[in-house]
Amino acid sequence: MCLAIPAKILSLEADKAQVDFGQGVSREVNVSLVDAKLGDYVLVHAGYAIQVLEEKDALETLSLWNELLQASQE
Amino acid sequence: MEQTLKFRDPELANSIALKIKAVAPKQGHFKICHVCGTHEWTITHFGLRSLLPENVEVIAGPGCPVCIVPAAEIDEALLLAKQGKVITCFGDLLRVPGSKFSLIDAKAAGADVRIVYALSDAIKMAEKENSKDFVFFAVGFETTAPITAVEALGHLPANFSFLVSHRLIPPAMKLLLSVEDLKLNGFIAPGHVSAIIGLKPYEIFTKNYNMPTVVAGFEPIDVLMSIYLILKQINTGDIRLENEYSRVVHPEGNKKALDLMEKAFEVTAGNWRGIGELPNSALQLKESLKEYDTRKKYNIQIKQGEDVHRGCQCHQVIVGKIRPNQCPMFLKSCTPANPVGACMVSSEGTCRVWAKNVAAQT
Repeated sequence: MCLAIPAKILSLEADKAQVDFGQGVSREVNVSLVDAKLGDYVLVHAGYAIQVLEEKDALETLSLWNELLQASQE
Repeated sequence: MEQTLKFRDPELANSIALKIKAVAPKQGHFKICHVCGTHEWTITHFGLRSLLPENVEVIAGPGCPVCIVPAAEIDEALLLAKQGKVITCFGDLLRVPGSKFSLIDAKAAGADVRIVYALSDAIKMAEKENSKDFVFFAVGFETTAPITAVEALGHLPANFSFLVSHRLIPPAMKLLLSVEDLKLNGFIAPGHVSAIIGLKPYEIFTKNYNMPTVVAGFEPIDVLMSIYLILKQINTGDIRLENEYSRVVHPEGNKKALDLMEKAFEVTAGNWRGIGELPNSALQLKESLKEYDTRKKYNIQIKQGEDVHRGCQCHQVIVGKIRPNQCPMFLKSCTPANPVGACMVSSEGTCRVWAKNVAAQT
């Protein structure tokens, strides 16, 4: 039940945002638990954004994994 | 999309599996426990257990917030439904057994029980139908509790209240360490609970219990990485708290959410199905918000219910003492279509996950 899905903020008005979950799914979510701005990716749990996702953090994770992969090939 | 796929890259998974084999101690049996239904789904759906050495076992702890709601609290919702209140809840909760009936039985008998996607949807219904009394059955761990907090502190219609059944994860993890014969060697901590609470609440496990603890995300590579990191800690003896899910989990958590929870709730003892009462493991609305507390508003409180039905082994599955397929009822008299125990009801219940993904797994 703690499932949370990333979505992109398409429009923002006070604590409500219209977000795009991808693959044609869009809905209004509440963003009062985060400091999000237009265009941000947020992690949505049960209709409420619980965290803002930074692309650089996601890329950093991927590069850490790749480092591990390379180290294991050596 | 290309980046997303990397989180499920089979080549990377194989590479981590090799590293796991290399770092896992050859002698002894190692039991790693996660406490999240979504982790169990990732592990079973992607067959991650098949990638691990034979002496490394990953077990599921009490990670399904619906499964651990005690029957007495379902009975409270049933009583309210019988009194004519509109019960709103997440879909997972509908078939969780109370002492005798579930909310879906009540709905079939004519009660007004409605599934919502979000709490805000339930509030909108209450605003629109202001002649009816609405109750939101607020179930969930720390990921979900801030949502109840933000709305309870906001502008709610007078015909709306919360039947709060929120529970906290760290006290349940602490309990697992005292379960006889369980003997855990490491924790995979739940990523989205941690997105709210941060890392500090887990420090007790590494510092006081010398238990390797790694916060993990929900992609297969996330889970494999966390297993690798735990085994590496065991191998080197360098026991510490690590955050594999740093792209979502910040060390301090979500301060805004924590602040709202602090304002709205007080921490109290709570009953967990299959476990019993755990101190400091449940939330209730503060006295200043009592008009939104269903139990106080309608003066109802059911203390005792029938949590475990005859033959059901949910209480053993919930604490990771047995695997679902060690229950004699699993996929015989207890199936996803006709569940007996709470663990077979929710899409995140361990038995349900196994039934849907790995019925043949031994």
